[in-house]
Amino acid sequence: MNNIDSKTAFIIMGFLLIIVGILQSWGVAITILNLCIISAIMSMGVNIQWGFAGLINFGVMGFLAIGGLATVIVSMPPVYEAWTVGGSGILYSLLFLIGLVTFCILINKWFYDFKYKNFIIFILIILSIPLLKKISGSSIQSIESINPAAEGYLGGLGLPIIFSWFIGAILSASIAYVIGKICLGLRSDYLAIATLLISGIIISVIKHEEWLSRGVKNVIGLKRPAPYEVNLQNSQWFIDLINFINIGGDASRDLIISSSGIFVKLCFTIIFFITLLILLFLSERAVNSPWGRMMRAIRDNEIAAKSMGKNIVKHQLSIFMIGSAIIGFAGAMLVTYDGLFTPSSYQPLRYTFLIWVMVLLGGSGNNYGSILGGFVVWFIWIESAPIALKIIEFFTLFLDQSNPIKLHLIESVPYFRYLMMGIGLLLVMRYKPEGLLPEKSNKI
Amino acid sequence: MKLEVKNLIAGYGSVTIVDNCNFYLNEGEIVSILGPNGAGKSTAMKAMVGILDQTKGSIRLSGQEISRLKTQNRIELGISFVPQTNNIFTELTVLENIEIGGFLNKNQGKNKIDEMFDLFPIIKEKRYQLAGELSGGQRQQVAIARALMTNPSVLMLDEPTAGVSPIVMQEIFEHIMRIKSKNISILMVEQNASQALKISDRGYVLVSGKNAFHGTGNELLNNPEIRKTFLGG
Amino acid sequence: MEFANAFILLCNFVIVPSITYGSQLALGAIGVTLIYGVLRFANFAYGDLMAFGTMVVILITWWLQSMGISFGILPTALLAIPFGIVVTIAISLFFDQYVFKYYRDKKSSSVTFIVVSLGIMFLLNAIVRIIIGPNDINFMDGERFIINAVEFKNSTQFEEGFSLKTTQVITLITTAITCYILFYFLNKTKTGKSMRAYSNNEDLALLSGINPNKIILITWIIVSILATIAGTLYGLDKSFKPFTYFNNLLPIFAATIVGGIGNPIGAFYGGFVIAFSEIALTFAYKKFLIYLTIIDPNTTNLIQYISTDYKFAISFAILVVVLIFKPQGIFKGKLI
Repeated sequence: MNNIDSKTAFIIMGFLLIIVGILQSWGVAITILNLCIISAIMSMGVNIQWGFAGLINFGVMGFLAIGGLATVIVSMPPVYEAWTVGGSGILYSLLFLIGLVTFCILINKWFYDFKYKNFIIFILIILSIPLLKKISGSSIQSIESINPAAEGYLGGLGLPIIFSWFIGAILSASIAYVIGKICLGLRSDYLAIATLLISGIIISVIKHEEWLSRGVKNVIGLKRPAPYEVNLQNSQWFIDLINFINIGGDASRDLIISSSGIFVKLCFTIIFFITLLILLFLSERAVNSPWGRMMRAIRDNEIAAKSMGKNIVKHQLSIFMIGSAIIGFAGAMLVTYDGLFTPSSYQPLRYTFLIWVMVLLGGSGNNYGSILGGFVVWFIWIESAPIALKIIEFFTLFLDQSNPIKLHLIESVPYFRYLMMGIGLLLVMRYKPEGLLPEKSNKI
Repeated sequence: MKLEVKNLIAGYGSVTIVDNCNFYLNEGEIVSILGPNGAGKSTAMKAMVGILDQTKGSIRLSGQEISRLKTQNRIELGISFVPQTNNIFTELTVLENIEIGGFLNKNQGKNKIDEMFDLFPIIKEKRYQLAGELSGGQRQQVAIARALMTNPSVLMLDEPTAGVSPIVMQEIFEHIMRIKSKNISILMVEQNASQALKISDRGYVLVSGKNAFHGTGNELLNNPEIRKTFLGG
Repeated sequence: MEFANAFILLCNFVIVPSITYGSQLALGAIGVTLIYGVLRFANFAYGDLMAFGTMVVILITWWLQSMGISFGILPTALLAIPFGIVVTIAISLFFDQYVFKYYRDKKSSSVTFIVVSLGIMFLLNAIVRIIIGPNDINFMDGERFIINAVEFKNSTQFEEGFSLKTTQVITLITTAITCYILFYFLNKTKTGKSMRAYSNNEDLALLSGINPNKIILITWIIVSILATIAGTLYGLDKSFKPFTYFNNLLPIFAATIVGGIGNPIGAFYGGFVIAFSEIALTFAYKKFLIYLTIIDPNTTNLIQYISTDYKFAISFAILVVVLIFKPQGIFKGKLI
């Protein structure tokens, strides 16, 4: 199969979206587009780690959740009462935690050759856990008892939500630093398992520490960088605009309502698209820089690179942090778009492995590839359910509406998405393992 | 001739290492393949066993052409190979190492294993120990015993005395002579040229992938040019 | 001092559950480690293979139950296990022949295998949920408790009622029998020794005339048997929910690596190490210590080292500790 030109691929994607718009609705089409852009950014982050440095990060879900958490702690209004009763306790605990991590890093540096240094760090951590609980225990309890139905947590900084995207990136990068320090010397399969486990821990922390994130009670009503539909529907300038576009008289109320929805989504599209372009520009610059070429050289032949004296782990750590930052950024974007933060929704299959399918299908080692992969896979993910439904209904036309087999099949329509993903991934790995848009090779 | 190799061309990827070499081995002979580092000795042997991908040329075992056969088939037909490294199952006991060799030949059993322990008495004591825990010389004995269990007519050894002390080297060569007395033909690649030639019927010297010298053990030992280059004067 | 009550409490909530959970992890870890040793990749589809096997067992259990067949006090599912095993073997061999073999022949990297196993994971995940649905299924029948807590309390005069579920005993016995047979096979039979040899040194195994296809076939058969049994035992003990089987894969991976990847005995012990740690470190020792009169009965502190929500953290912490201090695992496996 010949390689498709990236422009052609995107044009085809565009056509598909237009078809969805016509056959289903424009609202659906634009939602798909928005989520495609977010998915594209997620895959770019993963691709930077995998395609450019050969690192397998199966902890994507964790970094996405950190990004989501950032939206909460940056943009939600602070719960002053909670801060008064528990704020100091939390601050002491945070200082304690930072102190502990710093101390461990210092011990690692000062006692580098000491045989028992790891042992000391280990004992330190084990003893700190009950200590931390003691410092923070009562504060956490008090915070969570303040208006638990609607709050029960510290709230956030009340800043505009776009800030949280950057904070999410920084938070993810910091956590990536810690993870990288522990795990990056391991070989691929161990790194995969370790990152998978860590993402589980991150989600556990977010779900459990209700004083921080409300845990499984979820946070709703996040702020928006775009107007609200209700406001639009009552703004004169908007009504005038729709009337203008609607050739043939004044627009109906229904039209105004549905247009407001589309308008809001388009606002997001513009914001997301600009973000994507900026990230793409930066990433392409990095990839084609001497630094980028060196990273790929390390990836292709680690043994040779090591013998040239390059400090591999240090470079891998920076790439790991950058990739994780982008993933965190995308996580914050996603939660912003949804308007709510639901920690329980973070599942490995949907958030980690689906994105891996995007990277692999699109073409690892190639920014345009991951963007295309994000689009294609997300499109298939969303559309396979309705398409599967149509196919099932067609093949079971002769069956009665209440037939148990028919009902069962209709109920299982959501899982056909997983089927598509599995088959798609296997087909790509078999017939086009470099992906749809392969890495442009510099090999002679 | 037990083993006849003609026009052997072998290498890795696009690099040719063995360039049109010829060897032959008569029944019951010990033949050494010598030469400087990188001459292609090990590569030639691996090609004869069948574990290299790119091999051209004719390899005949008792007249039968085996160059197109898979390694396992060549083993079944009577070739056995002891690699230079990773030549024992470190996680299995000495006894199990030797047993594994015998699985191919269903009619054997305890007798053949006892025969091995007679040949290598020292490892008999350690038969329930993990092979990975043995010393270098003992591991070599286990490696050779394992290879002998397939009842080969041709035993190929890749640098059997690499990295062992002089005393152990002597022991290994003594073992090889005892194996010869069982009428097994032996082909060995060796760095310890003079020692190897002392027990060999014939020897080949490879230089840069080509046949350079060929003669009886004595002829090569007494050849002044060879003495100077490989045997240290 | 109420040693007896304290001991009973510990048994009920720590010792017996650890043995049960440890057995389930052990079986899973042995399967993962065998695949790693022989086929040389970490199989991320293993959890869903367990789910698949259990699903087949459940379907056949329902069929048996509909025909009025039961197994007395034991769960009917035990009768269905052999059939589940056969179907699971079939699907494993199918995937090996049409998916994994291609990459073996191409000598692909272990990363490729991991990614391909992700594809199989998606497939199996979908198949299980489409066929049996995503919901909780309880297919346990027969006698639930061998020792009932209330009856125990009444017949002895202890405050703590000791209870022993049938599934706990079945898990222990089944695991013991399965492992005994497996280790006998690996240590005393020709094929078992060939498998260990192949796992230890593939090239040398080929040079010894060992047939790799036979080894691979046997490996998939054993692994499928273990997956079906482990999955069914877990499903009987707790309940069948397809979603949890992937999550269980994480402590199973940890157990495999802790025991030394590629080493079946290590995997066995690794399973118990992880299980005991997870349960012992998240148990609230308050009542236990009260019985031993070590602490005052009015304490509010639960004396729980870490909350049960952080089970993953424990598996991971043990994994990290082992990787830092003893990278080959507690029992030697393949080096990093």
